[in-house]
Amino acid sequence: MTNEEIKEYIPTLAPAATFDETGEWLNIMVTAEELKPLMSALRNGKMQMNYLFCLTCVDFKTHLTMVYHLSATTHRQSIVIKANLNREQPVIETVCDIWRTAEFLEREVFEMFGVHFTNHPDLRKLILEDDFKGYPLRKDFEDPINMIKL
Amino acid sequence: MYNQTEIIKDTSELGADGELVINMGPQHPATHGVLHLVVTLNGETIKKIEPHLGYIHRSIEKMCESLTYRQFIYVTSRMDYLSSHINNLGCALLIEKGMQIEVPDRAKYIRVILSELTRIASHELWLGAMAMDLGAFTPFFYAFREREMITDIMEDTCGARLTMNYIVPGGLMYDLHPDFQKKVKAFITQFKSKVTEYEDLVTNNIIFQSRTKGVGILSAEDAISYGCTGPVARASGVSCDIRKIYPYEVYDKVEFDEVLETAGDSFARYMVRVKEMNQSIRIIEQLIDNIPEGDFVGKTKNVLKLPKGEFYTRVETARGEFGVYIVSEGGTTPHRIKFRSPGFSNLSVLNHIAVGGMIGDLMASMGTLDLVIPDIDR
Repeated sequence: MTNEEIKEYIPTLAPAATFDETGEWLNIMVTAEELKPLMSALRNGKMQMNYLFCLTCVDFKTHLTMVYHLSATTHRQSIVIKANLNREQPVIETVCDIWRTAEFLEREVFEMFGVHFTNHPDLRKLILEDDFKGYPLRKDFEDPINMIKL
Repeated sequence: MYNQTEIIKDTSELGADGELVINMGPQHPATHGVLHLVVTLNGETIKKIEPHLGYIHRSIEKMCESLTYRQFIYVTSRMDYLSSHINNLGCALLIEKGMQIEVPDRAKYIRVILSELTRIASHELWLGAMAMDLGAFTPFFYAFREREMITDIMEDTCGARLTMNYIVPGGLMYDLHPDFQKKVKAFITQFKSKVTEYEDLVTNNIIFQSRTKGVGILSAEDAISYGCTGPVARASGVSCDIRKIYPYEVYDKVEFDEVLETAGDSFARYMVRVKEMNQSIRIIEQLIDNIPEGDFVGKTKNVLKLPKGEFYTRVETARGEFGVYIVSEGGTTPHRIKFRSPGFSNLSVLNHIAVGGMIGDLMASMGTLDLVIPDIDR
């Protein structure tokens, strides 16, 4: 599918989606509520996006952005799905029933950014110790003992 | 005297369902690093595996946010320390793509040769360590004999035997040393005459085969769903070699085969890596005599600044697809950097392939995943 075809196809699944073509791949910005149905449709519908190769979160100081890089092992086209979350109570639905790799990746985002994934089967800290306070990869994280300011 | 049924009956009195929880690691000698697995057993059958990570977590992603684009490359050698040249290459490619830096052909050729030497060295270490996990001690010495030659070449080239740093944005840090081609050719001759010994020692070994065949089977659909890449996915028949799909540097000019197996078990993963070493030798042979003369580094500014935007590159390390994702605000340091490490996804499949098997088979399943813990923790 070309980018133009995708831009016609996506609004039928997520009406509020906006597009950005400045980067290497087509970026699709959706709302947090629209994300889950869109993801299932991308995986099981005609695009067959079966490979989630990168899942992460970016802190833009005013809001958090979830970034999902999707590709397919058949046609090898990559697209990027993004969803903005508010910083105080970031909540988004899990995608780990669609791609199993998301289970660990979401656990990492949960402890590093404090994003809460609803319906995740096992949302615990993966890398940090259980009593760790704060979300280290957020921009306002301070640790006077272990962090050296350059 | 106990008979078999009585022993099982005794363990069943330990817990509610005869469950026994064993902590494997963080200092278990077979985990090659500090991976902590909490294994729930029923008798000798594995019911659940829970990896506990973070013993070697250095928060490299956060560290990179305060390092400049020239500095952060050196940290990536400390992630997957067995693929350090390839990690460096991935970061350098991203900066070159973002800033449209021209890389001279000489640098491109040398980068590919070094990447393939790194891949062979990594697979050699894996081969020795994996055989040692399964109780065979001799292959370790055989594998290290050849690996030592590569480490010597690396030492001559860039001064380090591990955590090498040689690839910089725009090309290479300095030119090759004069003996490079001679030493690489000597290594190729040595490797080709000795690689049959691995077949005799390990591949055709009946004990090795019976311990790995049919153990830890991973289907192609699950491999894709779990995000497995590299030899782990290729052993299940998933074509995922970045060098073939999205060729970078001079990989589109050389001939090599993507090694695919279909069985998906531990033995298939072993075979993929052994065959890959031969393919790497094939690539080096095509390039080593044709390194063009000229500059080894392109023209770059002293202070690198990526334009505002988002960038992603991927390269094929010895373990699979290594991705670098940078969000730039236009400054001298990245706003956010994410390393998509192959080991992280490959580890997540461990619970899936080992459950239902025996605890003795866990070493075979885990060994063939080729986990490098600093790569997983980052």
